Amino acid sequence: MSVKKIHKEQPETFKFDDKSMEAANKIVSNYPDGKQQSAVMALLYIAQRQNDNWIPLQAMKYIAKFLDMPYIKVYEVATFYSMYNLSPVGKYFFQICTTTPCMLRGAYDLVKVCKNKISEKENVLSDDGKISWMEVECLGACVNAPMMQVNDDYYEDLNDKKLEEIIETIYQNKIPKPGSYSGRINTEPVNNRKTLLGNKNA
Amino acid sequence: MLKDEDRIFQNLYNDSGADIESAKLRNDWNGTKEILEKGREWIINEVKSSELRGRGGAGFPTGLKWSFAPKEVGSRPHYLVINADESEPGTCKDRDILRFEPHKLIEGCLIASYAVNAHKCYIYIRGEYFNEGQKLQTAIDEAYKNNLIGKNALNSGWDLDIYIHYGAGAYICGEETALLESLEGKKGQPRLKPPFPALIGLYGCPTIINNVETVAAVPTILRRGAKWFSSLGRAKNTGTKIYCISGNVNNPCNVEEEMGVPLKELIETHAGGVVGGWENLKAVIPGGSSMPMLPKEICDNMKMDFDACVENKTGLGTAGIVVINNDQDIIKCMARIARFYKHESCGQCTPCREGSGWMWRMLERMAAGEATPDEVDMLFDVTKQIEGHTICAFGEGSSWPVQGLIRHFKDEILERNKFDPVVKKNKNIPYLVDQHLLEKENA
Repeated sequence: MSVKKIHKEQPETFKFDDKSMEAANKIVSNYPDGKQQSAVMALLYIAQRQNDNWIPLQAMKYIAKFLDMPYIKVYEVATFYSMYNLSPVGKYFFQICTTTPCMLRGAYDLVKVCKNKISEKENVLSDDGKISWMEVECLGACVNAPMMQVNDDYYEDLNDKKLEEIIETIYQNKIPKPGSYSGRINTEPVNNRKTLLGNKNA
Repeated sequence: MLKDEDRIFQNLYNDSGADIESAKLRNDWNGTKEILEKGREWIINEVKSSELRGRGGAGFPTGLKWSFAPKEVGSRPHYLVINADESEPGTCKDRDILRFEPHKLIEGCLIASYAVNAHKCYIYIRGEYFNEGQKLQTAIDEAYKNNLIGKNALNSGWDLDIYIHYGAGAYICGEETALLESLEGKKGQPRLKPPFPALIGLYGCPTIINNVETVAAVPTILRRGAKWFSSLGRAKNTGTKIYCISGNVNNPCNVEEEMGVPLKELIETHAGGVVGGWENLKAVIPGGSSMPMLPKEICDNMKMDFDACVENKTGLGTAGIVVINNDQDIIKCMARIARFYKHESCGQCTPCREGSGWMWRMLERMAAGEATPDEVDMLFDVTKQIEGHTICAFGEGSSWPVQGLIRHFKDEILERNKFDPVVKKNKNIPYLVDQHLLEKENA
């Protein structure tokens, strides 16, 4: 079980803006009448997106009222799942996968680069406040190991040099291209493809 | 090697695009209405005789599972839930289906929901697969637009609505009852079984839960016939499977192959061989991190299907093959897997919550050579006390791989851990002595 810390400085109020409200209403309509509690996970996401990628306690209270459920149930969900950030993270949130398949291919080299280039400790903002990083468990792209997720995008087939370049690109206010960094397409074997060649050459 | 025309997932590497026109060129949505017109009984019997087994890890026969749904819809509606919470370390097959073959999945949802009398289908995608979910949503929108799903889908008289539900980074939500809890907006802690979800599932209604790969394979099986599918592989282990080969191989990849393909062929032919050659192989985890690892001697002649894996005291699981070569520290690898389970335990049952942390800490010490020889047996004892004493299969999933390590690499652990436990010699090892005794020399 992971332990999550609530941020000390909490905003006074929280409200969905128009865009979030529209998205929230649409999500609630996906579930049967009276089962609106099912939408709590999606609503927490919406709140997280609206609030610079973290969820304040006021947002949980707001969602509890919105879905007519007890606040503690929302709190339970927000603290149980690891993708809800309960304290601020960088605008670019690096999540380095270090579970065994990635570890075998050098994920801890990436961690070292993060320590050097971003911050010595996990979940601490870089000097310019743009990036933070943390180690996460398997992200489900094991054949593209080692890999990481930055916000919504996967960056695959990395090594320490390539990660340094990605970090430099972000420091220069550019967004690096997501996907594989070894030049291959998706999950095909590099230079060794033996299957579905008819489709490839079609 | 399996012939290309026998591969179900023709767009595994996205050579031709995931949109509906490209999908139709690959034969998706071809004759779906005729399949539905043959009726529920026919569909379920055909899936039964194809001997398709669930691709999510447990390998339960799919046709049998569908037949558990009540024949008549009573006061409670039926639901179909697709499990796309792919989080098992070593596995990344569903991701490719979601982003490159979404129409196979949607077509499978239509057929499966018709077979089990469900008008609503929820696809539970792990939260990290946000982009993949967006691609699937695009495909769902396309399908609605073309009247492939929705009200009176394909003019067959069947209504089906498909919704995506994102998870938020909890491995345990891949367990079917935890997934249902999560869908209901609670924390994902598994339910006691029975009652099984087929009778009391989502919102207390009959619910059938299938893995993405299982459902996506169904349309092709029904189009080409159960005979074709069961002619691949061997009895009770039929058809094709997407294998994910990762770790210390030259070209890690996903590849669809026949069931029962030799492990060596998979690694040598498709993944370009073990780094440093086959002789440099140390161990292979055959089915995602929950399955016990196998040493090289067994891997030499191992076949990859459900029953062959069980014969070797492991399991096919999700067919996420993790290759570990001699350059790696095998105990450290296992310790990292144990850390994964410690992190992902939902905390509901005490043996799992406490035991997973215990196993991790012991393995970390064993990797550093700080354990006593007796502790190896103690660790095995701990795994035995977790296994079978928990609500869900997470207990087995976390303790089996440790048992696998001890079964095959006990000598190596003992070799490294020759620590002498005599208190007198090593007074400053805090976890081996009672501190209060140390303070008074003669106590």
